[in-house]
Amino acid sequence: MRYLPLTGDERRQMLATIGAKSVDDLFRDVPEAARLKDAVDLPPMSGEMEVDRALSAMAAKNLPATAAPSFLGAGAYRHFVPAAVDHLIQRGEFLTAYTPYQPEISQGTLQYLFEFQTQVALITGCEVANASMYDGATACAEAVMMAGRITKRNKAVMSGALHPHYRAVAATYARFLGMTLTTPQPDWTKSEDLAGLIDAETACVVVQNPDFFGRLADRKALADACHAVGALLIVVVTEVVSLGAIRSPGAMDADIVAAEGQSLGNALNFGGPTVGLMATRQKFVRQLPGRLVGQTTDVDGRRGFVLTLSTREQHIRRDKATSNICTNSGLCALAFTIHLTMLGEEGFTRMAAVNHANAVKLAERLAGLPGIKVVNDSFFNEFTVRLPKPAAGVVETLAGKGLFAGVPVSRLLPETPGAETLLLVAVTETNTDDDMDRLIDGLKEATR
Amino acid sequence: MSAPAVTITGHRGLQHEEPLIFERDSPGMTGVDLPEPAPVNDRLGGLGRQGRIGLPGLSEPEVVRHYLRLSQKNYAIDAGMYPLGSCTMKHNPRLNEKMARLPGFAGVHPLQPVSTVQGALELIGATGHWLSVLTGMPAVAMSPAAGAHGELTGLMIIRAALEDRGDARKRVLVPESAHGTNPASAAACGYVVESIPANERGRVDLGALKAALGPDVAAFMLTNPNTCGLFESDIIEIAQAVHAAGAFFYCDGANFNAIVGRVRPADLGIDCMHINLHKTFSTPHGGGGPGSGPVVLSAALAPYAPVPYVVSDKNGFRLVESVEESDAKPFGRIKGFHGQVGMFVRALAYMMSLGSDGLRQVAEDAVLNANYLLASLKDTLSVPFEGPCMHEALFDDRFLKDTGVSTLDFAKAMIDEGFHPMTMYFPLVVHGALLMEPTETESKATLDTFIAMVRGLAERAKGGDADYFHGAPRLTPRRRLDETAAARNPILRWSPPAN
Ligand SMILES: Cc1ncc(COP(=O)(O)O)c(C=O)c1O
Repeated sequence: MRYLPLTGDERRQMLATIGAKSVDDLFRDVPEAARLKDAVDLPPMSGEMEVDRALSAMAAKNLPATAAPSFLGAGAYRHFVPAAVDHLIQRGEFLTAYTPYQPEISQGTLQYLFEFQTQVALITGCEVANASMYDGATACAEAVMMAGRITKRNKAVMSGALHPHYRAVAATYARFLGMTLTTPQPDWTKSEDLAGLIDAETACVVVQNPDFFGRLADRKALADACHAVGALLIVVVTEVVSLGAIRSPGAMDADIVAAEGQSLGNALNFGGPTVGLMATRQKFVRQLPGRLVGQTTDVDGRRGFVLTLSTREQHIRRDKATSNICTNSGLCALAFTIHLTMLGEEGFTRMAAVNHANAVKLAERLAGLPGIKVVNDSFFNEFTVRLPKPAAGVVETLAGKGLFAGVPVSRLLPETPGAETLLLVAVTETNTDDDMDRLIDGLKEATR
Repeated sequence: MSAPAVTITGHRGLQHEEPLIFERDSPGMTGVDLPEPAPVNDRLGGLGRQGRIGLPGLSEPEVVRHYLRLSQKNYAIDAGMYPLGSCTMKHNPRLNEKMARLPGFAGVHPLQPVSTVQGALELIGATGHWLSVLTGMPAVAMSPAAGAHGELTGLMIIRAALEDRGDARKRVLVPESAHGTNPASAAACGYVVESIPANERGRVDLGALKAALGPDVAAFMLTNPNTCGLFESDIIEIAQAVHAAGAFFYCDGANFNAIVGRVRPADLGIDCMHINLHKTFSTPHGGGGPGSGPVVLSAALAPYAPVPYVVSDKNGFRLVESVEESDAKPFGRIKGFHGQVGMFVRALAYMMSLGSDGLRQVAEDAVLNANYLLASLKDTLSVPFEGPCMHEALFDDRFLKDTGVSTLDFAKAMIDEGFHPMTMYFPLVVHGALLMEPTETESKATLDTFIAMVRGLAERAKGGDADYFHGAPRLTPRRRLDETAAARNPILRWSPPAN
């Protein structure tokens, strides 16, 4: 077997050194009844070629969004990733390292995470960021728990226009810890009065910007309303490219930002793995979940980096830790940081501008179609349209023709009024004029 | 030893001093050429960004060089043995990476119509099937993002099952040798954690466990093989005692590598177990993740598994994405979308490559390698518990008594010898623990070099050369770093120099 270097002779020699008659001897602490005599009922070993063939056949049963005109978004976005990103993250020194427990031989990982933390802090407009979370949804849930610890309160107000998966994950975490979440009815026809739901026991208010329907809002007044009663404002960002064009959550005085970083450097991967981002104020760092990298010096006085403030973490604090998270999203964070480094200020803001311009172009064309209405006043690269027919059926029909028209709101948020006819349409730098022509033609035909 | 050459640049041959990207900023530069945005009237609702973000500008060659130089400051399993106990740093096959990058997997959006993702759903199902057969457990929750996330999910399932039978319980019992995530996960699930001591054989103290069990205990969480690298030989009795008390038996499956293909957790009386795909099933750890932590479940717990999950019928595969759609009793949702699907591809490629016979051989070779280390080093180092061990060999620091050398110093000297150190000071039940996990992918020749190295260092320590150890490592990109200063005055990001 190609992954197993021991030879039969070596196995015998090693058993002799150990003083065991057979390998079975080494398993003697396993209760007799639980020792399997034979291999389990699964196929035997396969060569690389056979596995490649079988998995390629499975992959071929999918029509990937990267191979068709696609306007899918709702928390996962198709962007163009420069070739250097994937090449660099596959360097064995990055790919096959563990968590950087030995800083002297892990400066590569530690330095890129320090740079990553800085970039995340910069784009979110916050003072500090951690070294990543599993994904945006779990980052959001952890942010709510963190707000609970900071304020020592156990109620949270969740916007109805928060991505339903984020709300559901936060609700799960909250339920088991006895926190109460309040959410107004999700309604795209009006803006929510979240400030009106805040009371003296509110730990935090959670809003998404751009929100689930793609709308933008200034959250400064909401932040003020939170701060007036000692609550925190958490802003969720599911499309980080937006931060190249719109005012950052930090500039709106958010206390914690929880974001999904998939858009930079990372493939769609059917939704995972991706990378959760978490940023906050310096004064709250001791309540942050997850790894943090800090700068220090070595015994020769040279700058270096280490994992730090680990007394927050499970391996030291056990049941009193700020979170149970251990493994996070290191390699996805690397892809994110390399992509953002390649873009730089110029490229990142340009990428955001191209996304927005393409979205505006498409929105204007769609608004001109009979029976179709763009419901957003404002948006970044994703907006909601109302169709004259149920969106799910339209999407299915067009998918059959090799076109991904968008995400039907009814799939994620059936409880919103009029959900059946609503379609979320995302547009990125990857969408060509030709893609847009096909969408326009497709919608005309499917909604006729 | 002659002093290291002092160079003009600070570089040392292949070792480059590499500044931060922010210190390489060439304002206006970019490594990505994008088209001019179309002229439009913006629809940002007056929320356009004002002012610069502060990101540095670098060209593509500068970016490539930066990260390549950083990579050269890392140790990795590709470069050498990484005997980090409990972490299972085994070879990461490149076939896995190639398969995960097939556009038919990597390019699939999570919210495509299910008719266009039948292969992706089949993949989730097939990965779950392998895990289910290997563990003997009838169901699998696939969405947890890592081991700790699997623990939390498993405990939430248990709590949901208990509440459903009107039996809210308060406590979760965790052995003191457990990984920190176990008590942290139990606390995150709203339970009070109680620690169970180990006996003199490095196993759970059965008497103490039985005494702690009672009508308010929801679950007992056991790592098996345990974090001392030992099989819990009383496990059947443990399972019976836990079940007799009406509690569930949770197993931390981080050490499944030792028994895969040879022992099925279901046959041990386990109700629920997470599997770290980035350990047993060779998905790369990437310097800290991503992981993936599917949870296998007994029939009694299966109905409470979180959404989403895949079902299949005559029309093909389908996703159940919300609690409302489910005809079971899911406790809720634990992650966005459908789990770490890209990691499933890698794990499945690995499982298919090894097959049922190869996976059994994995466990045998992992255990053989660890016992070979134990046998070869037991007279040099000190051993807290009798063997045989399973996949990892545990030593304590008695062999360093009166040498002035600590476990940490010893580890730092191993670094200069070209090896990543073992896990240290864990598990907590042993003083100055050194936990070595070679895995099955190390050759005998590598193990022999490692053994000779450890023997040599032990001799040196016992010979009184403590200064050598205190000054180690000397040959690394950085020498010992001041972690106390880092924590006292946390600098967590770069800031522009004040001028
Ligand atoms: C015994 C044990 N349990 C749980 C974990 C947590 O797993 P993860 O890091 O995948 O969250 C680990 C590894 O870190 C471990 O070694």
